[in-house]
Amino acid sequence: MSDRDNILASIRNHKRPSGAPVVTPPTPARGQVEGEERRDLFVKMATAAAATIEVVDDPEMIPELVGQYLARHNLPSRLVLASDAMVANLPWADHPMIAHRTGPATGQDHVALTSAFAGIAETGTLALLSGPETPTTLNFLPEHSLILLQASAIRGTYEELWRDLRDATNGGADWPRTVNLITGPSRSADIEQKLLMGAHGPRKLHILLLND
Amino acid sequence: MQPTSHRFIDNAHEALHNETLQQALANVRVNFIEKRRIAVEALPEFDDLRKAGRDIRDRVLSDLDTHLLAFEAKVQAQGGQVHWCADAEAARKTVLKICQEAGAKRVTKGKTMIGEEIGINDYLEANHIEPVETDLGEYIIQLRHEAPSHLIAPAVHVTQKQVEETFRKAHRDLDPKRNLEEPSSLLAEAREKLRQRFLSADVGITGANFLVAETGTSVIVTNEGNGDLTQTLPRVHIALASIDKVVPTLDDLTVLLRLLARSATGQEMSVYTTLSTGPRRADDHDGPGAYHVVILDNGRSKLLGTEKQDLLRCIRCGACLNHCPIYHAVGGHAYGWVYGGPIGAALTPALVGLEEAHHLPNASTLCGRCEQVCPMQIPIPNILRHWREEELRRGLAPVAMRRGIGIWAFFAKRPVLYRLATRIGARLLRNFAGKKGRLARVPLAPPVLTQGWTDMRDLPAPSGKTFHALYRQRRTGSS
Repeated sequence: MSDRDNILASIRNHKRPSGAPVVTPPTPARGQVEGEERRDLFVKMATAAAATIEVVDDPEMIPELVGQYLARHNLPSRLVLASDAMVANLPWADHPMIAHRTGPATGQDHVALTSAFAGIAETGTLALLSGPETPTTLNFLPEHSLILLQASAIRGTYEELWRDLRDATNGGADWPRTVNLITGPSRSADIEQKLLMGAHGPRKLHILLLND
Repeated sequence: MQPTSHRFIDNAHEALHNETLQQALANVRVNFIEKRRIAVEALPEFDDLRKAGRDIRDRVLSDLDTHLLAFEAKVQAQGGQVHWCADAEAARKTVLKICQEAGAKRVTKGKTMIGEEIGINDYLEANHIEPVETDLGEYIIQLRHEAPSHLIAPAVHVTQKQVEETFRKAHRDLDPKRNLEEPSSLLAEAREKLRQRFLSADVGITGANFLVAETGTSVIVTNEGNGDLTQTLPRVHIALASIDKVVPTLDDLTVLLRLLARSATGQEMSVYTTLSTGPRRADDHDGPGAYHVVILDNGRSKLLGTEKQDLLRCIRCGACLNHCPIYHAVGGHAYGWVYGGPIGAALTPALVGLEEAHHLPNASTLCGRCEQVCPMQIPIPNILRHWREEELRRGLAPVAMRRGIGIWAFFAKRPVLYRLATRIGARLLRNFAGKKGRLARVPLAPPVLTQGWTDMRDLPAPSGKTFHALYRQRRTGSS
């Protein structure tokens, strides 16, 4: 018999029916809010997780704000971009000073801008999907992670996120290779429990929250 | 990993006299407990979520084969492979074969307790493949040739000073006069060193906090992002899991995630929770070209249907370690295998045998804090009691302990004799204690049995009357 058969046989020999009732688990009331309240909760929770947030009313302004971010942090005027419509259609041509390319990140990239599938207000978390236009390396290799999130894409709870994701992926058949749930920038407390930011992932997580 | 749990008593003794370790362990007592308390209080639904989490796990365990097969089918549908391994040896061979077929020379690793359980690092090294731990804590202890001493804080036994010494010794190519006084400079150095390894690895091995049957997904939870670089950059991703990790749906996963970070580090969510499903898609520009999930049994299936099945609910948050007075005193290494603390004391005998690990269930005051804080409500003290009974029944307990319990049982089964003996004992101790009411050493008893207590503090003397006498007195109102 193969290990597979052995393990399955052992499980079948030993398992006993459970008396555990089938009840719907509670969904935290905190996340069950709408509209502005939901957006405010997202901002509050993401900020508590040490992300920074900039609210944007006009998408045309985003390249300008990205330029300001780079200047503010003394970074070279250069970044790698996702190629999805939301990021690619921004007026980058009006800002020739910002050098940019698209595609996955390399070890040399300091800054990346990509877009989120959703935000989850309950915990201030971003949900990012892998795909040809939004490579996963953008989320982890650069030291500065800039993420564009539409306010209309903020969900209250994880249950809502999964429902939307099932809908967007043909009932799960076209599920992406990677779903990243990101709550704040990278950190470690492995040296005497002292909290240090920027372990292996980005030191900074900056969310551009687009009011749409 | 070769267990040394049979040495627990010596291990514990050494740990208690290791000043550096004691200094490091002081951090556990303060930080983890307070952070967890605050996070739990901020979520009114926490206790209801615990019950829901427990029920989810119980339902899965009652039909585990069905859920594992559903998981396997989904992984295959997404182009991944599932490898079933009955024991550590099978798992080691499976991992090596995947690495060799990929022509791998260097393997980066995210944190995996199953990797520890099967001793994958030594095995890869012996087969000329370089394993590189990438979690900061794991990297530190790999350089020190040590095992993790905590489920989520593997280097919690190491002081900052020791990290500095370790880095100076390991990173010889760097300026010996460089300043490493700040912990942030230690982190920066590790980040720089590991960055090169991430980019040059052929295979990435991670653990799996959960497997989701609905989508055929493995889930990892980290704060550093090392696990993500490990499973994104190399050509091949191997996720190491055990049979108890599977949950049916994403909504079930959510319940457990809501419990995990709060119980572990006191965060609302860990920074990175990542769902990996199959290899990179045809039009993806990054991600691994192959995706393997290793599912290890290693004795777990035999726990199903027994009084120890509840151990398989564990989500490895570490809360029981953080709240355990024994763990606080001796740290994780004393337990002598992969899992320390209360969950280790309860689980290790099941996985390596009671002959090897029979001391561990005794390494508990049965104070019950572990069960109180366990997000999965695992009745750890009860399970430890079951092990103790089995230890006695199978004659594994030391002779002195068996005799002592035998003598006590003789009296306990004869209430009249028992009361008489305790009355005499209580009165004698009262008299020896004199006005102080405390005993610096226990008279008439063999020192070897009692000096462990009296070396450190005085024994409070009984009031002179037994519980029974006091109880009768209360009820009748007489004196």
